[in-house]
Amino acid sequence: MTNKSSKRTQQHPSRCPDNSAFKQQRLPASELELTAPAVLSSFFIIGLVCLAVGICLILTVLRVQEIQINYSDICSNCSKLRENASNWKTECHCTANFTLELSMEGDVLMYYGLQNFFQNHRRYVISRSNAQLLGKDVNIENSNCEPFTIYPNGTPMAPCGAIANSMFNDTIHLSYYPNSTTVIQVPLLKRGNSWWTDKNVKFFNPPSHNLSSAFAGSARPPYWEKPVYLLDEEDDENNGYKNDDFIIWMRVSAFATFKNLYRRLSRINEFADGLPAGNYSLHISYNFPVTKFRGKKQVVFSTVVWSGGRNFFLGIAYTISGAVILLAGFILMALHLKLRKK
Amino acid sequence: MNSERDSETTFDEDSQPNDEVMPYSDDETEDELDTQQPAIEPEQNRINRESEESRETMRRDSGWQVKANDRSFHEQPQFQKTTFLCVKKSKYAENAIKTYKYNPITFLPLNLFEQFKRAANFYFLILLILQTIPQITTLSWYTTLVPLLLVLVITAIKDLVDDIARHWMYNEINNRTCDVIKDGRFKATKWKDIKVGDIIRLKKNNFVPADILLLSSSEPNSLCYVETAELDGETNLKFKMSLEVTDRYLQEENAMAEFDGLIECEEPNNRLDKFTGTLLWRNVRYPLDADKILLRGCKIRNTDFCHGVVIFAGADTKIMKNSGKTRFKRTKIDSLMNYMVYTIFVFLILLSAGLAIGHTYWEQQIGNSSWYLYDGQDYSPPYRGFLNFWGCIIVLNTMVPISLYVSVEVIRLGQSYFINWDLQMYYAEKDTAAKARTTTLNEQLGQIHYIFSDKTGTLTQNIMTFKKCFINGETYGEYRDRRGQPQNNPEEADFSWNMYADGKLTFYDQYLIEQIRLGNEPEVRQFFFLLAICHTVMVDASEGDLSYQAASPDEGALVTAARNFGFAFLSRTQNTITISEMGIERTYDVLAILDFNSDRKRMSVVVRDPNGNIRLYCKGADTVIYERLHPRNPRRQDTQEALDTFAVETLRTLCLCYKDISHDEYKAWNKKFMAASVASSNRDEALDKVYEEIEKNLILLGATAIEDKLQDGVPETISKLAKADIKIWVLTGDKKETAENIGFSCELLTDETTICYGEDISALLQTRLENQKNRIGSNVNSSQRANEPFFQSGRNRALIITGSWLNEILLEKKKKKKKLLKLKFPKTAEEKQNRVQNKRRAEAMKEQQQKNFVDLACECSSVICCRVTPKQKAMVVELVKKYKKAITLAIGDGANDVNMIKTAHIGVGISGQEGMQAVMSSDYSFGQFRYLQRLLLVHGRWSYIRMCKFLRYFFYKNFAFTLVHFWYSFFNGYSSQTAYEDWFITLYNVLYSSLPVLLVGLLDQDVSDKLSLRFPSLYVSGQKDLLFNYKKFFVSLIHGVITSLIIFFIPYGAYLQTMGQDGEAPSDYQSFAVTAASSLIFAVNFQMGLDTSYWTFVNAFSIFGSIALYFGIMFDIHSAGIHVLFPSAFQFTGTAPNALRQPYLWLTIILSVAVCLLPVVALNFLTMTIWPSESNKIQKNRKKYKAEEEQWKRRRSVFRRGISGRRSAYAFSHQRGYADLIASGRNIRRRRAPLDAVLGHNMSEVREAGETS
Repeated sequence: MTNKSSKRTQQHPSRCPDNSAFKQQRLPASELELTAPAVLSSFFIIGLVCLAVGICLILTVLRVQEIQINYSDICSNCSKLRENASNWKTECHCTANFTLELSMEGDVLMYYGLQNFFQNHRRYVISRSNAQLLGKDVNIENSNCEPFTIYPNGTPMAPCGAIANSMFNDTIHLSYYPNSTTVIQVPLLKRGNSWWTDKNVKFFNPPSHNLSSAFAGSARPPYWEKPVYLLDEEDDENNGYKNDDFIIWMRVSAFATFKNLYRRLSRINEFADGLPAGNYSLHISYNFPVTKFRGKKQVVFSTVVWSGGRNFFLGIAYTISGAVILLAGFILMALHLKLRKK
Repeated sequence: MNSERDSETTFDEDSQPNDEVMPYSDDETEDELDTQQPAIEPEQNRINRESEESRETMRRDSGWQVKANDRSFHEQPQFQKTTFLCVKKSKYAENAIKTYKYNPITFLPLNLFEQFKRAANFYFLILLILQTIPQITTLSWYTTLVPLLLVLVITAIKDLVDDIARHWMYNEINNRTCDVIKDGRFKATKWKDIKVGDIIRLKKNNFVPADILLLSSSEPNSLCYVETAELDGETNLKFKMSLEVTDRYLQEENAMAEFDGLIECEEPNNRLDKFTGTLLWRNVRYPLDADKILLRGCKIRNTDFCHGVVIFAGADTKIMKNSGKTRFKRTKIDSLMNYMVYTIFVFLILLSAGLAIGHTYWEQQIGNSSWYLYDGQDYSPPYRGFLNFWGCIIVLNTMVPISLYVSVEVIRLGQSYFINWDLQMYYAEKDTAAKARTTTLNEQLGQIHYIFSDKTGTLTQNIMTFKKCFINGETYGEYRDRRGQPQNNPEEADFSWNMYADGKLTFYDQYLIEQIRLGNEPEVRQFFFLLAICHTVMVDASEGDLSYQAASPDEGALVTAARNFGFAFLSRTQNTITISEMGIERTYDVLAILDFNSDRKRMSVVVRDPNGNIRLYCKGADTVIYERLHPRNPRRQDTQEALDTFAVETLRTLCLCYKDISHDEYKAWNKKFMAASVASSNRDEALDKVYEEIEKNLILLGATAIEDKLQDGVPETISKLAKADIKIWVLTGDKKETAENIGFSCELLTDETTICYGEDISALLQTRLENQKNRIGSNVNSSQRANEPFFQSGRNRALIITGSWLNEILLEKKKKKKKLLKLKFPKTAEEKQNRVQNKRRAEAMKEQQQKNFVDLACECSSVICCRVTPKQKAMVVELVKKYKKAITLAIGDGANDVNMIKTAHIGVGISGQEGMQAVMSSDYSFGQFRYLQRLLLVHGRWSYIRMCKFLRYFFYKNFAFTLVHFWYSFFNGYSSQTAYEDWFITLYNVLYSSLPVLLVGLLDQDVSDKLSLRFPSLYVSGQKDLLFNYKKFFVSLIHGVITSLIIFFIPYGAYLQTMGQDGEAPSDYQSFAVTAASSLIFAVNFQMGLDTSYWTFVNAFSIFGSIALYFGIMFDIHSAGIHVLFPSAFQFTGTAPNALRQPYLWLTIILSVAVCLLPVVALNFLTMTIWPSESNKIQKNRKKYKAEEEQWKRRRSVFRRGISGRRSAYAFSHQRGYADLIASGRNIRRRRAPLDAVLGHNMSEVREAGETS
């Protein structure tokens, strides 16, 4: 008998499973346990942190200065005019005056805002050809640009698609009145407003020695007044597909109410510290119709801090959450103590 | 049980079901059974009359004709049947048994077809098609195709692996060879090429490849011994005998090649114990019965070779007919899951419809006037809404989790591997590891309510060992040294002095050996002498070693014990027996063998020793022996006490006694005996009467105690399982006494249990049925009274019921038959209607009766069904399945359990035994019964918990993910714009969120295996479906909805005004999508972390790995290069780096995640403190238990009750002994084959014996 058993141990049985921690389900593990001290302390800590972050955020956001000028109401005559599409050739100018009580210090950003404009509509979002915007010679008929692809005479549109076609085309100039007689054109930067990746990766003009030849054989989208290579005649680096206004427009917004960066204050001369307090006026060449779909247009001037613009949502949300978490912590503690006594 | 009980077991055969007889397993052909022939005696003296009779029965179904050595005969058109349209096929099955599903060519199409039969896969196929329609496509085609392909490929690989294993099995079995006559010679042929009518030769220890008619064998009179372990689980040998005529003429090869007999017999059926047919050869008809048939699955034993003609092949064989249909088993969770998927589908349609309506309205109000949305199509708003409906379905399709099914399968596969790998379910002795043969049922193991267990080979080892004896006032078998002093360190007794010892008996009583060797007490020697001489065992000394073939394992154990103690049975002839008594060979004349049968419960031999003294030796059940003892027996009382002690130790006891007979007395008796043995009618009864006359005034010699060895740990396992609220039913083909005995020894029955028998409950059920009938008439408060318990509570009850009683109670047989006879020819329409009505009423009554029976049986703590056929086993399982709606598990080892194993929700096979039939059809297999507790309480429970956790989380995560689109729809004109990037949608289910939950599904443990086993009550949650049900499902959904709300609305609030520290792109869609997706990934993965109760480094790795993977892939997809290559597929260029460098965005993500998770933590904490679950409590005290475990030793129930009235009976097997065979001398008379195969080495004596007879 002893012989036999020793023999058996010598020969490793063929079908014997491995004795490894994994196969025997004995992997070292920590068993997560919701113990009272851990839960309660984490609730208190998290609650306090949230409160602190919330208050800090609110205080930060309070430093942001923002002014909104809703000019689709101010320029109601232009709005009216634009409701009728047949007047598209008629120019309409309009001036909106506003006063800065306090000077806006630091970088001042000028946005145009749209309300009730569903840039996030499925049909709208897909209506573009990224390949075309890369400057490639592609057949846009196969893209999602339909129906803004090709004119009946066979000329393709450049750029194609509904997004490009409906590009925001108001031009806005800002004038500063240091006193009742002087008018200073506020210097605004139109370049450098878009993401680096957009400007340098996603948008390229078709290769050619000059832009007008690059876009030869294509035509502007139907709602545009001028072809794409005339978007910025002063600056070749900001023309064609590489135009910052165009690039920014092409980055569709998440919601129907949104604002896009339009210009940045060039901090020179009087404006080195930002926009000084005083009277200003906006000179608007009003092209973009919004009243048809009950939309509104506005111009927004804003400074920025590390957390962005003037938005109290996060600060308030953090504060409330922190308070609720602390409260929950106290309730849990009370319950725990009560039950433990039992 | 006491003597009254024993006498009860012999019923009046006419009015009561017979407990001893196995009912026929077939219930479709009762009228055939009516015409069954009387049992055919070995002597074929009434051949002609019988053949006349059988011809009568044959007429009716003479369809099955087999002609030996004539393959073309079976291809005649009348034996063809139409299988498919007009393709004709022989009705004789091929012998190959096909187990596989695919071959290399059919694999791809068939597998794809199978896969698309699944609703989920088909659904995604439809989605894929929808996505290619340009008007409605809202998601890129790859969002569906990639996951779908992944799912299909994984499933296909799994199926492929399964099928390859089946191919191997197929080749293994069907390529076994045996000799078949071809062109006049025996040639080795593969099993699969054997055809009906072939003549085959089988050698010793071969398996029988098909059902064959035995023609001749190497043994005298063409006897053939077979082991039927695969068929009925019995390991004792059975003998088959050929027709005399074939025995005589068909010994030579050429004779067999010329054999052209025509066999007409019944159509293939599943009755293992019945066969009727005739052999027509040389214009004479010979009747055939089951004694001449070798069935597929039997093993040839003790017979050098035998010949036979194939009657049924392959699928027609009795074993295949008996194996029942292979059912596709699905788990409860599977069907629940399906319903949930349907529920989600309904949700999906409702949501999409809602969005479609919203879109219609929006288009009317705003869309129509939004010039910038002009798309050149002049669709009306309702039509746009309709298109948008499909668009929404596509966008929200991820609510129906595509990877659900494949993940579930992966998890189950992993769990199956864990079962296969479990060292604690590895049986070293036979080198068998546990094996999950089906990989789709694991979590069902955690929900078992009822276990149906076979007895032989499952609960017991089917090894009988001689344990103790009581001789002349002394009990032997304790641990004692030579002087009879108790020993603390038991030493195994040394049998080296005995040349015949087989070295397998372990015995610790040195004192008994000493007594035998010294011979101080003649009774001790007499005792073992009796064991050596009084039996019907056959000996086989062909291989130099004695090997015994006993009709029952008990008898084998006794004779072997005697052999080891120095009284070796060496050989026997028809009327002599040779025994080595302490090394001295002596031959005794056997004057008569008074064989065992189940009524007599005893057997005796009358022998004449060389000195001429005649003695009767008798062994039998104590109850029958005590009635026949001499009134003045000095040892009567203390033997009784010893028997009681043995019985308490659940040993099977026999009493041994002898009696001296004077010559005159013998002569007188012998005359009667002779007369009785040639009596033509009621021979058995006459013989019994004669036996009775001489078996009286016996002198008690002592008692033996045999252990029907339970497998290790059976009682512990059973009590563990009982604590887990699992009910155990034992279903066995064994005798009632044996089954009851085992019930006691494995602690299913205790002394407190009240045992009910068939007759008891029959009455109960009858009254219940009457009551119910009356109540239906009066229709008063029926529901309440109908469900009242059958028994007053309080007492522990057990039910022991035999197969015949089962049939009786469940109205399986008699009623139906009567009805058939009565209503054979309905003439008028009224009668017809009556007949239908009666039938319906009978059906209803039967159903009611069945339901009542199940209710009653389930009130008993344990149920033992004995004398049941394989079909009945399956029927019992089916009944419980049907009326209790409970999850059942069947465990067994033999082919007789196959049907039951296939019927039950889960079938478990005990492997390592010789037969593999049960294992082949089982879902799980392992070496020992005791592993069942680990399989259920550890693996089953874990699997269930894991699967539930997995499913709950899976539904949650998909809802949290998908519904963000829904909320977003309210802000984008219901235009089914997605809230995330397409690639994120594509990969979310596959890469970003699947690994942690898969690992939890594979590895999670709420408590360790040791604690699971220690607290079986933890198992209950699975039985009650507590962890996953509709309520939990909706909780998960609501949780998902809330998470999706948070994930959407917190970024919404943050984006609504302004964003961006440098003022660029303050509110763009792509940054929003990245913010929401990142929040979701954090929330969902951390949620999984919270749900994980067993944190290994793998889990940690997977959770943080998933998050890292998300960022890694996102940064890649948002990189510059890929956009230039595929500008339309990768549009989010630069979003991740631009968005994620803003602290404001991170604050948004952190807030969303915190708001998602903290309430869950609080809720979990609250439920744990206020309503802790069982496992929570154990988890809390984990450390305490661990410390305890160090010292903790398994409590053994050493405590046993005092003397009890129960007594094990003479538990020989179903069959009679071989006495007939020995007495008839048929195996001894004349011989050409090697005689010593049967007779041992005393050739000369054999010759003598032959001459005298």
